[in-house]
Amino acid sequence: MKLLLKGGRLIDPVSGKDESLDMIIIEGRIEKIGTSLSADKSFQEINLTGKIVSPGLIDMHVHLREPGFEHKETIETGCAAAAAGGFTAVCCMPNTNPVIDDESVARYVREKAKSVCDGIVDVYPIAAATKGRQGAQLSPMAELVGAGAVGFSDDGSPIMSAEIMRRALEYSSMYGVPVIQHAEDSTLSHGGSMNEGYVSTRLGILGIPTIAEVLMVERDLTLLRYIPKARYHVAHVSAARAVDCVRRAKEEGLHVTCEVTPHHFTLTDEVVESYDTNTKMNPPLRTRDDVQALKEALRDGTIDVIATDHAPHTIDEKEVEYTSAPFGIVGLETAVGLSVAELVEQNILTLYQLIEKLSTNPRTILSLAPIKIAEGEPANLSLLDPHVEWTVDVQSFRSKSKNSPFHGRVLKGRAIGVMNNGNVRLSD
Amino acid sequence: MKKSKLFDSAGFRRTINRLAHEVVEKNKGTEGLAIVGIRTRGDYLARRIAQKIEEIEGKSVQVGCLDITLYRDDLHGRLEQPQLKSTEILFDISGKILVLVDDVLFTGRTVRAALNALMDIGRPAQIQLLVLVDRGHRELPVKADFVGKSVPTSMKQQVQVLMEEVDGEEGVYVIEGDEPEQKEKKP
Amino acid sequence: MKLQSRHLLGLDGMSKEDIQLILDTAVSFKEVLDRPIKKVPPLQGKTIANMFFESSTRTRLSFELAERRLSADVVSFTTAGSSVSKGETLKDTARNIEAMKVDMVVIRHSAAGAAHFLSRVVQANVLNAGDGSHEHPTQALLDMFTLREKRGSLEGLHVCIVGDVTHSRVARSNIFGLITMGAKVSVCGPATLIPRDVEKLGVSVYHRLEDVLPKVDVLNVLRIQLERQERGLFPSLREYHRYFGVTKEKMALATKPVTIMHPGPINRDVEISADLADSEHSVILQQVTNGVAIRMAALYLLGTTN
Repeated sequence: MKLLLKGGRLIDPVSGKDESLDMIIIEGRIEKIGTSLSADKSFQEINLTGKIVSPGLIDMHVHLREPGFEHKETIETGCAAAAAGGFTAVCCMPNTNPVIDDESVARYVREKAKSVCDGIVDVYPIAAATKGRQGAQLSPMAELVGAGAVGFSDDGSPIMSAEIMRRALEYSSMYGVPVIQHAEDSTLSHGGSMNEGYVSTRLGILGIPTIAEVLMVERDLTLLRYIPKARYHVAHVSAARAVDCVRRAKEEGLHVTCEVTPHHFTLTDEVVESYDTNTKMNPPLRTRDDVQALKEALRDGTIDVIATDHAPHTIDEKEVEYTSAPFGIVGLETAVGLSVAELVEQNILTLYQLIEKLSTNPRTILSLAPIKIAEGEPANLSLLDPHVEWTVDVQSFRSKSKNSPFHGRVLKGRAIGVMNNGNVRLSD
Repeated sequence: MKKSKLFDSAGFRRTINRLAHEVVEKNKGTEGLAIVGIRTRGDYLARRIAQKIEEIEGKSVQVGCLDITLYRDDLHGRLEQPQLKSTEILFDISGKILVLVDDVLFTGRTVRAALNALMDIGRPAQIQLLVLVDRGHRELPVKADFVGKSVPTSMKQQVQVLMEEVDGEEGVYVIEGDEPEQKEKKP
Repeated sequence: MKLQSRHLLGLDGMSKEDIQLILDTAVSFKEVLDRPIKKVPPLQGKTIANMFFESSTRTRLSFELAERRLSADVVSFTTAGSSVSKGETLKDTARNIEAMKVDMVVIRHSAAGAAHFLSRVVQANVLNAGDGSHEHPTQALLDMFTLREKRGSLEGLHVCIVGDVTHSRVARSNIFGLITMGAKVSVCGPATLIPRDVEKLGVSVYHRLEDVLPKVDVLNVLRIQLERQERGLFPSLREYHRYFGVTKEKMALATKPVTIMHPGPINRDVEISADLADSEHSVILQQVTNGVAIRMAALYLLGTTN
């Protein structure tokens, strides 16, 4: 495979480059980077005028559902969706069946990913923090790190017990691997289906108050202060107050990081009025003030990462009454479009900063080697068109599931190709 | 649009006078008599007839009004719904000689609906029909016992009855239209 | 004159004209209920399915009576909640109803939004008979109808809804409807049973009956349910009755005549004392009678236009 990438804008936060450069790539290695490059007819020329070349994007919060829930998604369809969305890597959450709390399951997931979609998407497992995600006993963290786990989490569920969270932070600190908390005090959120507030009062739906998230973040940060060598990452942060806690903890010098999903910085709880179950997720969509705070936190760097919490569910599972529907929506294929439309277009982030949130920062947090875009290095790249306006059509998703509230919405910006592990995938 | 007058307000008054006399004559007095008008104009007509009968005989006659909307045979599939008004018949109609009053007799469907409604309310001994104008074009076997004026009309014509209480003026007109009149009871 | 929607899902967002139309139409139907033959023909040939996923004898009876008096053909589907798996059955049942060519569906379900869900899945007109804690529009309509009968007009009337507002669909529908019709609405109950941001719906909040009684024209007393106690939302029925129960002693604080309402069934001597429930200020039984007339009006208005 011989490629000539011409006229693309290379945005590489690792090297600090942001300039128009051409590239010659042969058999998955960057042979030459420069201006006005040319090559013979044996090369496939890709015109990237007006487009962006960035280090491969990574979505550090994805539910691939395999093993155990293949009717919703498989590693293959999930990776296809990731590639279509512009990602060359994803981290998969452990709430599969069996749970990723054992090295054999971790290895299975990694190996399977290498054998599908031409191995173009790297899958890094996030293993369960506790056995079976039951919250009672620590999982074999050392063994799991050895099998490729890059983080620990009981996501879908919070690590409720302060004692267990303390031990998880202590133990994981030996390996420099973050504990990723789904921050929710389940005694406060019990029975809720949406944000607690004016809208939930009007609709008669039991709410999940923001304090359920804030309280858990505050508790965990108190533990982190006690175990400062540990690394703590808040998954899918949604509440203004929670973001404030993280900001102050960072000012204090604690090793805390956090991520936000595109749906949380785009939609508010007002959309639940339609009773569309694709507005149901956990943590729920919050108020305008929260959305404002999340955007501000992205701008000032309090929020380090954008991750989708891609959570596929079948039509039959979602097409039920609101209070019975499972939480979650898919997000891999709309992440870039929403990020450009809601953040870049609104001058919250520059494209450079967006790439940091989608590639550089998550890799740093997970201690993954930074992607080097230099001559002689393997090509791990995402090709993006930041200008194209397109309408979301869930039926064209590569993901097995179509549970997205964005069907019909016009987004801006889209991936046009990915390159990794010696392979290329271009969308047409 | 051509508009020709059938009666003016004097003609109206005289016709009501004559009809009231006819009712009393046919029924040999007011014994067991009651009058029920079909809303809306039939209701006012009924009251005037009752009042006239009282003037003639010196005895008052019970009056009620009937809303037939619930009994219409054309309720479904209409774009606009006719407004439901209430029926007020505060006396027992069973055993009575009921004079059912309406302004215009046309296809006969309104009278059919009124008969059904009355049967659900009680069991009159007799029902007689009084109308101000009979314009022909019956679709059901209905015949009036007391008729103010019989006017053969074409489908393109419209008979308009105006009454003081409802329209602020009095008179009956035949209007020449281009379209055949829709056979509906106007509120 | 017709309703703006093909369905009656709730009073949130329903115009004053629509509410007025239903109340005015119910007047005619109330007259029908006084006749020897209480049947009228407008829904003849129409089939109505009552889908009651939550048991409720009185509401179902009220609907069935209303439907039969309009000459409709009626089928009722009831299920004991626990044996039916949630959600799947609603969608599947809805599809079956469609296949049987039913014209209208009356649905009661424990999940908020169930009636909305149904209206998206079937062609029939959908009438919400109570969806979880969300709305119970015909109850609020009959409440307003009863108040209009007793008090003349709803405009400016101060109505206080007493009890577990958080879990009450009757409370919500009443709040939406009464405010649209120009009444003044307040709620009174323990802080744990008053939902967050409820003032934003346009109501005043009280936590002591003594504070609202001198100001109120109407009390709509809600049923208190034992499960809420078990969830730690209030300590005991005894405490509830003592502080929030509507009794003759508390009523002495009222400065004007107060009409007393209750959606039923009443827990005597818990939320309301037995003697008050039977007093001349109570319109509880009229509510029941009016319930059939209102439901006839709603079914008639939905069933006779497409």
